[in-house]
This record gives sequence, C-alpha cells and structure tokens, in this order.
Amino acid sequence: MTEKLSDIQSKLRLGEISCVSLVEFYLQNIEKNKHLNAFLEVFELEARNKAIEVDAKIKNNTAGRLAGLVLGIKDNLCYTGHKVSASSKILEGYEAVYTATAVQRLLDEDAIIIGRLNCDEFAMGASNENSAYGPVLNFQDNTRVPGGSSGGSAVAVQANMCHASLGSDTGGSIRQPASFCGLWGYKPSYGCISRHGLLAYASSFDQIGPLTKSIEDLNLIMDVLSGPDQFDATAFQTKIAFGELQSVLSPKRFAVIKECIENEGVDPEIKAHTMQAIAMLQEQGHTVEMVDFPLLDALVPAYYVLTTAEASSNLARYSGLLFGYRSPNAQDLNSTFVKSRSEGFGPEVKRRIMLGTFVLSSNHYDAYYTKAQKVRRLIQQKTEEIFATADFILLPTTSTPAFKLGEKANNPIAMYLADLFTVHANLAGNPAVSIPTGTHSNHMPYGLQLMAPMKKDKELLDIAAYLYHLKP
Amino acid sequence: MQEFEAVIGLEIHIQLKTQSKAFCADSALYGESPNTLVSAISLGHPGTLPMHNISAIEYATKLGLALHCNITQLNGYARKNYFYADLPKGYQISQDKTPICTGGFVEIPSNNGNKKITITRIHMEEDSGKSMHDQDLYDSLIDYNRAGVPLVELVSEPEIRSGEEAYHFVSEIRKLVRYLDICDGNMEEGSMRCDANISIRPVGSQTFGTKVEVKNMNSMTNVKRAIEFEIKRQTEAVLAGEKIVSETRSFNAANGSTISMRSKEEAQDYRYFPEPDLPPFIINQEFLDKVKISLPELPKALFEKFTQQLGLSDYDAQVLTEDRDTAAYFTELYAQCKHAKTAANWILGPIKSWLNEQAKDISLFPLNPTQLSKLIQLVMENTISHTAAVSVVLPELIANPSLEPIEIATKNNILQNTNSEELENWVLKVLESMPEKVAEYQNGKKGLLGLFVGEVMKLSKGSADPKKVNEIVRNKLD
Repeated sequence: MTEKLSDIQSKLRLGEISCVSLVEFYLQNIEKNKHLNAFLEVFELEARNKAIEVDAKIKNNTAGRLAGLVLGIKDNLCYTGHKVSASSKILEGYEAVYTATAVQRLLDEDAIIIGRLNCDEFAMGASNENSAYGPVLNFQDNTRVPGGSSGGSAVAVQANMCHASLGSDTGGSIRQPASFCGLWGYKPSYGCISRHGLLAYASSFDQIGPLTKSIEDLNLIMDVLSGPDQFDATAFQTKIAFGELQSVLSPKRFAVIKECIENEGVDPEIKAHTMQAIAMLQEQGHTVEMVDFPLLDALVPAYYVLTTAEASSNLARYSGLLFGYRSPNAQDLNSTFVKSRSEGFGPEVKRRIMLGTFVLSSNHYDAYYTKAQKVRRLIQQKTEEIFATADFILLPTTSTPAFKLGEKANNPIAMYLADLFTVHANLAGNPAVSIPTGTHSNHMPYGLQLMAPMKKDKELLDIAAYLYHLKP
Repeated sequence: MQEFEAVIGLEIHIQLKTQSKAFCADSALYGESPNTLVSAISLGHPGTLPMHNISAIEYATKLGLALHCNITQLNGYARKNYFYADLPKGYQISQDKTPICTGGFVEIPSNNGNKKITITRIHMEEDSGKSMHDQDLYDSLIDYNRAGVPLVELVSEPEIRSGEEAYHFVSEIRKLVRYLDICDGNMEEGSMRCDANISIRPVGSQTFGTKVEVKNMNSMTNVKRAIEFEIKRQTEAVLAGEKIVSETRSFNAANGSTISMRSKEEAQDYRYFPEPDLPPFIINQEFLDKVKISLPELPKALFEKFTQQLGLSDYDAQVLTEDRDTAAYFTELYAQCKHAKTAANWILGPIKSWLNEQAKDISLFPLNPTQLSKLIQLVMENTISHTAAVSVVLPELIANPSLEPIEIATKNNILQNTNSEELENWVLKVLESMPEKVAEYQNGKKGLLGLFVGEVMKLSKGSADPKKVNEIVRNKLD
C-alpha cells in the first residue's frame, strides 16, 4: 500500500474498494504488528462506523477532501471523548473534553481516525523509549528505534497500520522519526497550524505536522490543516494555502551549512548522499553555496535551555488536582502536588522539569535563560541572513540512520545530539521537511532535509517534491 | 523623644468588569453558582491556549490615561509560576517587564493642600480561583469562576505618609474606576483589593526602614485602621529597641490589629518568563485615540466646571462629583431647570436624604431629571411652596412617577394662593380673632408676626403664599 490518497479515492469512486475494506485492511495490520507497540489505543468500532458513513457520502457525492484517508494521531492531540495521555502515567484515565483544531479539520473533511499513537512522554525524546507504555520498534528492523518523539506516528505509517498520521515537532520529533522510518515528515512554519488541543511541551517551538508516504498526501493534508484559529493567538492570521504541487521551473539557490556537512558525527554514507543530491541539483542548473553557520554548537544547548524552561511551566498544570493521576498516597494539598507528580512523571520528563526550573530560577536566570534567548535571536538573525541569498537550506535530517534500542538510553547527552540538525528549524521557526531519499547499506532508510524562509511552506513542498523525483 | 514618619506604598488589585474573562470567552460575571463559568480553558485543561481580551486592554488603558500615565506600546505578557490549588495552570498570566502603564499620579487632599502620589506602574493579569477555607468542616472549597477574570494591579510609589492619606488614595482610585465604569470598586466583595507596604523611619532620614506588607483590608476604613495600627506597632517596637522583621501580616478587622502570616525570608521565586502562548499586544495611536474618545468627563474636570462655570461652592461640587451618576444627574437637572444652585440644593437635600433612607444609589432614584425638574419649576414659579413640594408632592411623585407634579399639588389643595383679596380676608379674620396679640404687637412685640402668618397659613390649609401673607399682615399692622 504505497498508493497516494488520490489513487485510493479514484478506486473508491469506481467502487473497486470501500472505506470499510480499507479500515479492515489497516485493522488487520494493526493486529499483526501489535509487537511494534505503535498504537496506544485503536478506535476500532468507531473507525468501522465512520467508514460506513463515508462510503455513503462517497456514493452521494458529498464526501470531503480526505474521504478514504485513514489516519492515526499522536497521543498528545485532544479528540473529545477519547483518552489522551502524552504517553504519561500522569494523565492516566484522562479523556479529552474538546477536539484539537487540527484533528477537527481532518474530521470535517471525512478523514477516519483509527487510533492514538505511542510517543515519548510529553514528546520529550528522540527514540520513543521514554513512553510510560513501552518503546515502539522500527518496523524495518525490530532491534532499532523508530526515532522520536513521534515514533508511533512513524511506525504506524511505515507498517501500513494507517495511511498517514499526525505528529508534533518541537525539535525534530516528526522529521527525525520520518527519516528513521523512510517517510515524509513535515514541520510547518511556526504558526501555520493551530496548536489548540496539542498538549504543550515547549509552546514557542511546538508545531503539529503530518507523516506520510507521499509528498502529494503531505501537501493535501497541510492544505486542510493550515489556517487561522480563534483559539490560538500564535497561529497566523492568514491561511498558508498549499493547493496543488507546482513544478519547479526556474533555477533555485540552495545553501548548505558547511559545519553540518563537515561534522565528524555525520555517517559517511549520509554525507555522500547529501553530496550526491548537491551535484544533481547543480547539474539541473541550480546554484548550491556552502555557507558558514558558526552557531551550530550553540543550537542544542539553547534548545534545551529554552524548551525545558517552557516545559517546566507548561507541565505545572499536571498537579493531581483537577484532572489526571492523583497519588493515592496524597494527604493534603502539598503532598497531592508532590506525590502525584513524583509518581506520575517519568524520569526524562522530571529531568527536563528540573532543568527548566533551574534555568528560570533567579540565581541562574541570566546565565542560562537570558543567554539562551539571546542565542535564539542570533540564530534567527543568522538564518535570515542565509535566506537573504538562498531560497532553501539543504542538510541531512539526521546524522545517522536509526540506532539500536537501548544504545543511547542511558546517555541523555548523546540522545540530545540526535536532534542536532532538526532543532535549527524550531529555534528559528522556519518550515522544514524530511524527504525519504536515502537507504543505508545496513538497509535502514534516512532522509534529506530542506528548510525554507518563514511562511514559504508551499514553495518548500514544491521543491521537496522536485528533489525527491531527482532520486539522489 | 525621637520622631518617626511612616513610608507607605499601596498595591491595589482592580477587577475589570468585562463581559468575558481575560484570556478566554467564559463569562466574568460575579456571584454566579460556583464553578459554572468554567470551560476547559479556565480550568487549564491540557492543550488549551489563552487569547487576548481587547476590552480588558481598553479598560486598563482608560485607567492609565485617567491617571496621566505613559501607555506602553509593546505589551508583553509573562508567566508567574507557583503552585496553588486555586491556580489551575500552575502559573498566572501577568505582565512583568512591560506593564501597560507607567508613571502618572493621583491627587489627594492632605494637611497642606493637595498632594500628588506617583503611580509606579499598572499591569494586567488574570485572577486566580477563590479558595474558601471556612465553608466546610473538613475540606477547603474552590470556586474557579473567578479564575481568569481580568485584573489590573496598580502600584504606588512609597509617597504616602499616613493612614488618612492611604484612605484618600484608595478613595480616589475607587472613585475613578467607577467613573470609568471599569470596576465596581466593591472592596467588601473583593472587586478591589488593597495591600499596603509600611515602614517607618526617623523624620529627616532618607533611607527606608524594613517594610512589612499588610493584607486583607476589605474596606477603605480598614486600610486606614490597619496602617495606623501598623505604624504604632512599628514605632513602639523600634522605641523598645526591637528590630522590624520583613514579613507579611494580615489585618484582623475584629480587633483592628495585624498578625504575622509569613516571613519574607521564605519568599517565593516566581520564575517569570515571557508567555510564549500570547504574542505581545501592540497599542498603536489608533487604539489610543479610540480609548481617549470613550473616556467620560472625570471628577476633577467636573469639579472645576461646577465651581468655576456654575458658581457652586467647593463643598457642593465635591459632593456632586463623588460619583459619576450623581454628577450626571445634576448635569441633566441643571440643563432642565437652568439654575445650578437650586438643582444642587434639591439633589443634596431632599433627594439625598430619600436615597439615604432607602440605602439606594442615585441610579435607582425613581424620578428622572425631567420629572424632577417639573416639580422644581412649580416652586420656582411660586405655584407651590418649597415646603409643600418637598413634604407633599415629592413623596407621592416618587410613589407614582407617572403622575404630573401639578396634578398632585392640585389634588392636595396646596397650590399657593396669590389672590390678594382672599389673602386679605384671611388676614383680617385672623387679626380680628386675636385682638390682644395685635395690641401686644403694636406695643413692640414684633416677634408675634410669625404667629399671625402661621394662623393665616392654617386657615388657608397651607395654600397661601407665606411671603405674600407676611407682606399683608405688616401692611395692616405697621
């Protein structure tokens, strides 16, 4: 099943297949691949009922743009009446009381939501090993991680357990697992999609985005998701329209960050692959320029100071008081807070809450938080400078293909460096896409990444499709 | 003995009476059943985000303009982080480095003329839920209706020197927010809350003493009482050689004292940082102009108008400008009856006493200025006497505002009789009936004039014009 949604929709219209049969197909795959642990919950009955409904709409010609799309959503997106836990024990038993704007927009176009997908707890992680509900396994090689934090979202699509999925990307959480699982993964411009209903990790970094097997599907889903929202003040006031993918007719200017390509940690095959892509672009008449980005070493530290600061505040609401897990050992207000949080959060989340609390504390504020904010502004400036003379930045999505389960689990710093090439787009706010172009000699896939200036999301997807078809 | 002066700064929380909450569409109404005005956003459910309430920003701007403040262009929001049961998100959305208003002042009366108290800042924030620890035997209860209601916090410079001055400061602020119609200024219900920072120092000293914060003063009188108590307590302590500790104290209205709540040494670190969910709100010239146009005439301007243009006394003007409704009622009444002093006398006399008896506000007075001016007109034209107007017509008119004052006067037979012939007959009748008194009068006991006039009034059943009667009696006897 590597068809595009438009192919599926043609068959649906011709009556060759039905939504009901599609749903059964995915449900069977879900059952078969249970051991991958991609789904936290399957909305079996509901998906079947919705399939009947959409089939009827197709017959009546009243079906929405996403009729026939069966997708899973990351377990940090609210869908009213359904559980949502961010893969954390602290939200044990919690049911969403409203629907995220992004999810609602999919439903309004007749997408079928088949279940909620495992992820790193509160989207904090790069391997999906931080879930309270166990790790997710890479379908290609079960001894390897799928990446994170949207690991379930990647594997569900990789193993045909759904056609596409939604993830969220704070520092690479969509693009890195997409790269590790051979998928398209997209982090839109900050503000392109409403965050209303996305359980916040780091508010000024988080964006929702899709993971798909084709650029056409990615483009269509983005067109449905983007647009202003009365519930998110940080969403753009004007919709970024995607429309149909457009051919690239004129020569483009690409920038390649020297420090990324020359980085010792980059796998030689991935480096060679990137160089190959550069050569092919040049052959086609595009210009590729090597640029300096001396702030590369500052990316990950600035990212962790700022995201943990925001997270320490965003996660304060999980206090055992109004919703979610409350410790049975709590005796008074203070012990409700302390015990519920101590028992409810996993170790990585606690580490980040403590780190964030530390960098915001008055004795350390200027040394860490203020400084990291300054670095972020410098990164934004420097990125703008690059885009003054380039249309896109090209770089690998990840420095290696998927690593082994447990390989970095005990070394948080090594794990944090897995985000090296992806955090840039979140720090600067720019859109970035991971394109599934590479296959390693160890058979694992990996991606190339393209970044564009703010709000140039449509241009980015057009050029991504172009680069993909060059087959580097 | 060493003399001390008090150094006092006030922090006033002003609840803005917008329709909806500061950062979501939930109603901000006071007094509804507990926990009925709470959506997922008010309760801080996962994934919810704040949105700007433009009205709240307009209200805060109004207050700033009325207090002569600088209005900040780029209004950033910040999170103030702390854990408490009535704070659903675990942080309060507030402003830190970019308060909406800075500078400005309040003028208060003091011993030697007016005194200006500088405003340090006014910032916008959201209220917490309301914790109630005394409603249930075992549990603390929380009403989250208040969670997210918009507030502004006004901070004064430490330029206040006494409980009396603090009283005037709070009173001026309350008057102003009511004029601006942005807060009902009800300290008992907590829509306006005041904390005071108090220290003392030897007179002449330029350095500050250790300050103590006093909370829970739920009336203007209690602000004064608490400060006076605290000044006395600190003075006595210093004279006794004790050290003042930096702490938060609570005012006990029952016995007028303050008691220690917590030491400032354990002060919380609120870890303020810019609120990433709310982009800064830009106040541009267009926004400012719009707010300026919506500003009502303020008490100070009205006071000047009433005294300088209309010739009212300072006292009358002061009382009439005490609240916006009274000033508006006066302005309209004056427009109808064209006589400022008469209009003022009516409002400050019979109307005020009726309102006091009923414990009502002038907005609830049953007669509008047009209706009242018809009655005043009758007095001014000498159709009825002032006494009859106040004691007979006014009560009936209040009970039945749809009646015309003249109908009531006619029905009660109190139209002033100015018919000279009839008046002369009554006067003669009275004088004939009391010849001894007439003789006494003519022998110099001029004080009896009142007796004769009174008797004529009785005879006329109050309908005679006393001034005229007076004249006729004198003509007959002198």
